[in-house]
Amino acid sequence: MSDWPLLTITTFLPLVGALFILTIRGTPDVVARNARNVALLTSLATFLVSLLVWVYFDPNTAAFQLVDKARWLPGSNISYHMGVDGISMFFVLLSTFLTPICILASWEAIETRVKEYMISFLVLETMMVGMFCALDTVLFYVFFEGVLIPMFIIIGVWGGPRRVYAAFKFFLYTLAGSVLMLLALLAMYFQAGTTDIPSLMAHGYPFEMQIWLWLAFFVSFAVKVPMWPVHTWLPDAHVEAPTAGSVILAGVLLKMGAYGFLRFSVPMLPLASEYFTPLVYTLSIVAVVYTSLVALVQEDMKKLIAYSSVAHMGFVTIGIFALTPQAVEGALFQMLSHGIVSGALFLCVGVVYDRMHTREIGRYGGLVQRMPKYAAVFMLFMLASVGLPGTSGFVGEFLVLLGVFQVNSWVALFAASGLILGAAYMLYLYRRVVFGKLVREDLRSILDLSGREIAVFAPLVAVVLWMGIYPSSFLGYMHASVANLIDKYQLALSAVDAVSMAAR
Amino acid sequence: MPNLMPALPEIFLACAAMAILMLGVFRKKDDMRATATLAVVAFAVTALLVSGLGSERTTTFGGMFVIDGFAVFMKTLVLVASGLAVVMSVGFLEREEIDRFEYPALMVLATLGMMMMISANNLMSLYLGLELQSLSLYVMAAYQRDSVRASEAGLKYFVLGALASGMLLYGASLIYGFAGSTDFEVLARTFAGGHGAPHAGVIVGIVFVVAGLAFKVSAVPFHMWTPDVYEGAPTPVTAFFSVAPKIAAFALFVRVMVGPFGDLADQWRQVIVFISLASMILGAFAAINQTNIKRLMAYSSIGHVGYGLIGLAVGNAAGIRGVLIYFAIYLFMNIGAFAVILSMRQKGRMVEGIEDLAGLSKTSPMMALAMAIFMFSMAGIPPLAGFWGKFYVFMAAIDAGLVTLAVIGVLASVVSAFYYLRIIKVMYFDEPVESFDRPIGRAMGAILAVSAIVIVAFTVVPSPLVTEAEAAASTLFGE
Repeated sequence: MSDWPLLTITTFLPLVGALFILTIRGTPDVVARNARNVALLTSLATFLVSLLVWVYFDPNTAAFQLVDKARWLPGSNISYHMGVDGISMFFVLLSTFLTPICILASWEAIETRVKEYMISFLVLETMMVGMFCALDTVLFYVFFEGVLIPMFIIIGVWGGPRRVYAAFKFFLYTLAGSVLMLLALLAMYFQAGTTDIPSLMAHGYPFEMQIWLWLAFFVSFAVKVPMWPVHTWLPDAHVEAPTAGSVILAGVLLKMGAYGFLRFSVPMLPLASEYFTPLVYTLSIVAVVYTSLVALVQEDMKKLIAYSSVAHMGFVTIGIFALTPQAVEGALFQMLSHGIVSGALFLCVGVVYDRMHTREIGRYGGLVQRMPKYAAVFMLFMLASVGLPGTSGFVGEFLVLLGVFQVNSWVALFAASGLILGAAYMLYLYRRVVFGKLVREDLRSILDLSGREIAVFAPLVAVVLWMGIYPSSFLGYMHASVANLIDKYQLALSAVDAVSMAAR
Repeated sequence: MPNLMPALPEIFLACAAMAILMLGVFRKKDDMRATATLAVVAFAVTALLVSGLGSERTTTFGGMFVIDGFAVFMKTLVLVASGLAVVMSVGFLEREEIDRFEYPALMVLATLGMMMMISANNLMSLYLGLELQSLSLYVMAAYQRDSVRASEAGLKYFVLGALASGMLLYGASLIYGFAGSTDFEVLARTFAGGHGAPHAGVIVGIVFVVAGLAFKVSAVPFHMWTPDVYEGAPTPVTAFFSVAPKIAAFALFVRVMVGPFGDLADQWRQVIVFISLASMILGAFAAINQTNIKRLMAYSSIGHVGYGLIGLAVGNAAGIRGVLIYFAIYLFMNIGAFAVILSMRQKGRMVEGIEDLAGLSKTSPMMALAMAIFMFSMAGIPPLAGFWGKFYVFMAAIDAGLVTLAVIGVLASVVSAFYYLRIIKVMYFDEPVESFDRPIGRAMGAILAVSAIVIVAFTVVPSPLVTEAEAAASTLFGE
């Protein structure tokens, strides 16, 4: 069974479901119900298939596994090439894990044009999974950009009052960043004669060229991460997107930028990565400190969590460019954890938004009296976001700080200050929403989590605790690939040092 | 007696044009169903003949006429575009009660001109084909003769087109005067090897020829007629204008620049780079404020020509391959988009405002989906085919070291994404005001479906088109 094209199935199964939904006919009610069911079943099936990827994955090697390869574009070496290693495998799982949750979370929140909504989500899942599996730069780019189409539609059609503005801003920001990456990919193709990612990683580029390529990639990935100062699309997109859209945006789409750093910038352009590390540190520290402060004064819950995402992703970029095993693994772990936790926090906001139709923090207060289950769930994720030991957030942040401290203690110091600020704005948010007196009249009749909502949160709670209590079951799969990444990076740097020593 | 075989498709089409005219004259009823059907059949047969002749390079008529792989590829595109344009026209012209039999005949004649252009191997046959095409198009632009806008469009097109033809002819005469021949092969031999810079007169001549051709493909700064003509002409004529003549003129452009003047590429490249940049930038920015969808499509087509010109500026086999792929994909995007525009009818009358598309995704979801596919494709978003058109020209540009051109090109494509997105926004995000008349007709529905499927499926099976384009491009370089 392991010789099945598992990754291809995982990638394109949602698309099959989307095509199936497209053919559903009947009265609006029937169409909506069937679309929901088909979407949920397809995404669950996809998740089950992706679990097989985990089962068949061999953690002892850094090589790409479960590789599918086929001819694609004639006359060039551009091929359809899929595969995963310890870095990308969990992102595939993250995508397939979050999609059914999103679909379940949208069960009642989305009432109009359900069919189109479900199609968009399934297409989005195909693009996300494909992007993490792609081992050909052109294939990667196709998926990377293809994500924009369904996300644009999701924000623009089912979003809030300023959805059009947010959708355009999201689309054009990301597109502007990524077109330059396309040119960089083409330049690399002509330099190395291939678009095969494993071969490109083995190819050395002249320093001068690395600088330009790195900058082109950086523009693209920095917008996606997002790093300060190109993060401004994120709060808008998050606030206007429907709840499930925010979950995917924070959970998976933000990881695409950081994944790009790990897949392209660091292994392919090691000299430029080293050269620009101070720049990344600086921007990341600004992101951590500045956006944390901005988050403190937000009045809108979603906006607050959006800014916290920028801050958390700042940790990730610091970890990636510290390039010690702990830091990189920490960054990877932090990405997974943030994907789950911030997704869950957006779902928490969605729960009260569905009931009260406002996200203004001041409109809430004292929810614990009417919604004890909700308060407990929200607290868990809030503490995970803060980085409480025993939750997934702690492991990632701790590893990043540990790794960075060995390289640059000042960066570690500033990054650690983000933890304190993070605790401040999250606890402040929680106090204002959940504790205090229940003064608002309309909150007196608010209902606690429904069975469906519990079903949405239960897997997230389980995963957050699992990742926090026994992180080895995840980290164990990363060791080989991360070690390989860092070895090659150090090798490339020392080769250059040797050359410059010899030149003296 | 010259060898007539290579020109068989053209000869057949010329006979078909006359037969259609005869049929129209001698039939009592004045409608266009019969002649339109005949025209479509003629295009189909011609396409078969074109492919049947094979892509072996052959010249005839004393070297004035050439067929090769490039000609076969381009002629096929033009014939497909013309055939689809005839099919799309019938319903519109009948509703507007201008369904006279001359229309298909004019279209066949224009197509004949285009095929002559594509096969031109001499500045004289080039001009002959170009004028046959242009004269037919002038009439078609003003075909709705009771409409002031259409008459104005026709007149404007004629005056400016005549000026451009004059410039081209003047350039050709300069080239003849300084190089001593109008034959492409002789010219190519004259300039081969690059014995220093050619005489300034030749350069001036080339610049005039480029100006004339730039007019025909509507590249900046010779684009001014495009928005007015596109807006004023009857919509099916606009649909035709935006595809077939553009592809034919571009084929001619390519053949002239890389054929006789191929070894002078260093002399003319900067001119092409400039008009390419200017077209991309103007196409991107000027379209933003448009409210009429036909005008918007005019600016969009100017932008697309700019991207095609990148491939020409590169001027090698990879560049021309990019051009061919670009225009093959452009054909389907544009035909599809115009099929939607032609279906924009409310209460029996045509509407052309972008705002009239509001809420299309609710009133006719499949049409909105198709239009969204075309718009995302035109914006160059993968995995749709429009992305690959851009991909191949940028690939050639990077390989040739034209990095600045490529960078500005991709940035312009981001700007142009804005107005394509605006159409999607209107269709998907806005509430419907009034729905379009249904049904849109079986032919229109089929064209929409086929174009959309081609655009989506290209990513999955790119090899047929890419292989063909590669083979066609390489024939220009004698490989």
